[in-house]
Amino acid sequence: MMLDFSVKMKTESVSLFYDKTEALKKISLAIPAHQITAIIGPSGCGKSSFLRLFNRMNDLIWKARVTGQVYLDTVPLYNPKIDVVELRKRVGMVFQKPNPFPMSIFENIAFGPRVHGLHDRAKLDEIVERCCLQAALWDEVKDKLRDSAFALSGGQQQRLCIARVLAVDPEVILLDEPCSALDPASTMRIEELMQQLKSQYTIIIVTHNMQQAGRASDYTAFMLMGDLIEFSSTKELFTSPQDKRTEDYITGRWG
Amino acid sequence: MKRRTRNATQSLAFFLLTICCLLIVVPVIAIIVYVATQGGGTISWQFLSEFPKNQAREGGIFPALLGSFYLMIGVVLFALPVGLLAAIYLHEYAKQNPFTRLINLSIINLAGVPSIVFGLFGLSFFVLLLKMGSSLLAASLTLSCLVLPVVVTASREALAAVPNSYREGSLALGATKWQTIRKVVLPQAWPGILTGLVLAVSRAAGETAPILVIGAAFSPILPNSPLSQFNAIPYHLYVVATQIPKMPKQIQWGIILVLLAMVVLFNLTAIILRIQLRARKRRWGL
Repeated sequence: MMLDFSVKMKTESVSLFYDKTEALKKISLAIPAHQITAIIGPSGCGKSSFLRLFNRMNDLIWKARVTGQVYLDTVPLYNPKIDVVELRKRVGMVFQKPNPFPMSIFENIAFGPRVHGLHDRAKLDEIVERCCLQAALWDEVKDKLRDSAFALSGGQQQRLCIARVLAVDPEVILLDEPCSALDPASTMRIEELMQQLKSQYTIIIVTHNMQQAGRASDYTAFMLMGDLIEFSSTKELFTSPQDKRTEDYITGRWG
Repeated sequence: MKRRTRNATQSLAFFLLTICCLLIVVPVIAIIVYVATQGGGTISWQFLSEFPKNQAREGGIFPALLGSFYLMIGVVLFALPVGLLAAIYLHEYAKQNPFTRLINLSIINLAGVPSIVFGLFGLSFFVLLLKMGSSLLAASLTLSCLVLPVVVTASREALAAVPNSYREGSLALGATKWQTIRKVVLPQAWPGILTGLVLAVSRAAGETAPILVIGAAFSPILPNSPLSQFNAIPYHLYVVATQIPKMPKQIQWGIILVLLAMVVLFNLTAIILRIQLRARKRRWGL
């Protein structure tokens, strides 16, 4: 299959082992720059594990072992010389459950720039405002930046987490089922937000919601039991899937 | 018939549970009330602030009170950093393997070692080997060793109570592990850590055996450096109660009341601290 896009990240026959079980099996996939790539598949197919390869969050799990290689532009990530902290600055992540820190809204967004050494008050103010605007949150929080982030609704908290990621100026944003804990209205807002952000960022989203992948993504990868079954433009994958298993899954015959 | 036996069993069980509960609560209250009535009359500003006279048969307990205060400061200074950093290492950095499991087990066992053993350890290690002498420093270090397991265990539990999602969120923003611990994990864990510390200090304040072995001095001299000799309330009480003939009873009751008040005060501080920090957390909607 020919795909013409500029590649932002790619995996080359990556396998992931938890102890001795092979959770991902030699996956090779290219992620298009400035597009939204959705990864779909039934629960336990390894899509979240796969997403966590892109910012090396699997490092945090004992006994997780990776073979193969993942590239950001041309930089190999699974390399002893790579600075993981620097990598996570370039590849941000939003989690399944909104996880704002127990701090004020302002502190949450300023957290990233601060740990990277920025303490200038005026610049922090500017970053917080820009990121809230980008995350479509500004109007709701501009008068209560000093309030606890926990006072926000679930959907607002998730947009705050997106704003928090934007504040460190990443190139790629990984979204791990970001809407699974949200109501439909909040989900819609996040999906709109993704469309606005893709001009500046490359977005990879894991979702168990096929409609969401169909609506909100440009490219879709379908995974099954640790294998990448099919990858193509979302339109193609949903209208003329090449693989029987993909077709069965998206038509809801199972899963 | 069956129903009646079931109800009877239930009443009997409630009765037994209530009795057991009273068995715990009543003696504590009885002790406090008895000590307070017996010793209350002795307590005065003079008693707390004056030097003992006539082999402590008259006068006050100021040197012992000050000595105990210094000991507690020493315990906070040594046990908090060592215990907290050990807990951080064990919970945040160390891999789960047989070796760390062994360490955890040892820490739990260490908490059960009789305090006299710690006293003898302190005597041979701090006093004799490191040549600190029978000093405030040696006693503080010994008491610190005694309460370290409490501090480590409380700190570890406080760290474990911080949700992992905070750590992940911070690391995913490119914070280092240490930044994550310092800026996200510790602020959440402080209430638990401080509560554990206060309880540890209150235990150290009441311990007699270790400072007896280390060599507390029944002398009306105020310690003026970490290497000075010292007296402490529990030791003062021990000497007053057993070594000095014709000791007026009310002096002994007074000292007991002071010691009890110290321990109760510490525990109360821990409780108030926890309530306040919890209230603050609640205000933040946590």
